[in-house]
Amino acid sequence: MSETTPNSNPRIGADRPLSPHLQVYRPLFTMMMSIVHRITGVGLYFGMFLLAWWLFAAASGPDYFNWVQGAFGSWFGQVILFGFTWALLHHMLGGLRHFVWDTGRGFGQVARETMAKATLAGSVILTVVVWIIGYMVR
Amino acid sequence: MVQLTLPKNSQMKQGKTWDKPTGSNLREFRIYRWNPDGDGNPQVDTYHVDMDDCGPMVLDALIWIKSNIDPTLTFRRSCREGICGSCAMNIDGTNTLACTKGMEEIDGDVKIYPLPHLPVVKDLVPDLTNFYAQHRSIEPWLKTTTPSPEKEWKQSEADREKLDGLYECILCACCSTSCPSYWWNGDRYLGPAVLLQSYRWLIDSRDEATGERLDDLEDPFRLYRCHTIMNCAQACPKGLNPAKAIAEIKKMMVERRV
Repeated sequence: MSETTPNSNPRIGADRPLSPHLQVYRPLFTMMMSIVHRITGVGLYFGMFLLAWWLFAAASGPDYFNWVQGAFGSWFGQVILFGFTWALLHHMLGGLRHFVWDTGRGFGQVARETMAKATLAGSVILTVVVWIIGYMVR
Repeated sequence: MVQLTLPKNSQMKQGKTWDKPTGSNLREFRIYRWNPDGDGNPQVDTYHVDMDDCGPMVLDALIWIKSNIDPTLTFRRSCREGICGSCAMNIDGTNTLACTKGMEEIDGDVKIYPLPHLPVVKDLVPDLTNFYAQHRSIEPWLKTTTPSPEKEWKQSEADREKLDGLYECILCACCSTSCPSYWWNGDRYLGPAVLLQSYRWLIDSRDEATGERLDDLEDPFRLYRCHTIMNCAQACPKGLNPAKAIAEIKKMMVERRV
């Protein structure tokens, strides 16, 4: 056995490198869906400002309300609202997925992949459906 | 804390390309190197392995490189059949055991790094001190208060079956070091492997410390940093499901309150 002098080398200890993590880990689908769930959650936080702003405008009087309506109706406003709708539905379906997991189900390889795919596809489809209905009742 | 990038001293540099061996069936390997006796950053070296002269598993190739090209290449290995957990490393982007990972399963060059987000001792050898300390902290042994029986503690077949899918864990740390939550909060979050071990004792019909064990896990970090990211279940080279074990612990937490 060689002599053990663990602290004789200053590079052993605090100066050790940290092994790579995100840099090398393969982006697995379920991991990506988890990150997107988090991102959409943060997005909803800011999206709530849009709703609050709209309600605030409605309470302020017709002139300001019309101006805000115009802003939301512009192409840029529509893109933001479309994204907000998708984030809301994606986060909702993700929440349902977590609800299934909380019962101890849906952990198998097939189940978790299927649920992740269903969440992604469902959120896109529902978003489009909501917007089609929105335009139809306008 | 979440730190998405590597600290300065950990950023990887392009390393040395070692001379190609003779042979027509060569495969390229890119392997993480860091030498505590040198003075540089980690680097990724390139090796070529003669596949006609080498066994089918990634561990065979590592041993081939060590024997034929570069004796300084450092890694842990022992049983070479997936039961000791020593050769856990990040291969082709996911954590697994080098001895049970077939090279046929990998497309293109074979990229090998140490288990993620751990201090590196040398090359592919990470420091697992914290991981083992966390395992010890859950007191992974049978705890009883009733006097010991004359012979063994008995268990029905049905109760014994509850340990299936748990007792097989070899503590290789593939799952824990695949978990982003463990990367960011490994100092306080116990991580999938240790929580699976914890559940193994929680549902053991012979154990009489279930309440205290749950009390110990009732903490914002130790248990509840699991966000069901599922990398653990994907990584486990033994086909176990730590994510499910953690969900069962969370259920036990709720059930004991109602």
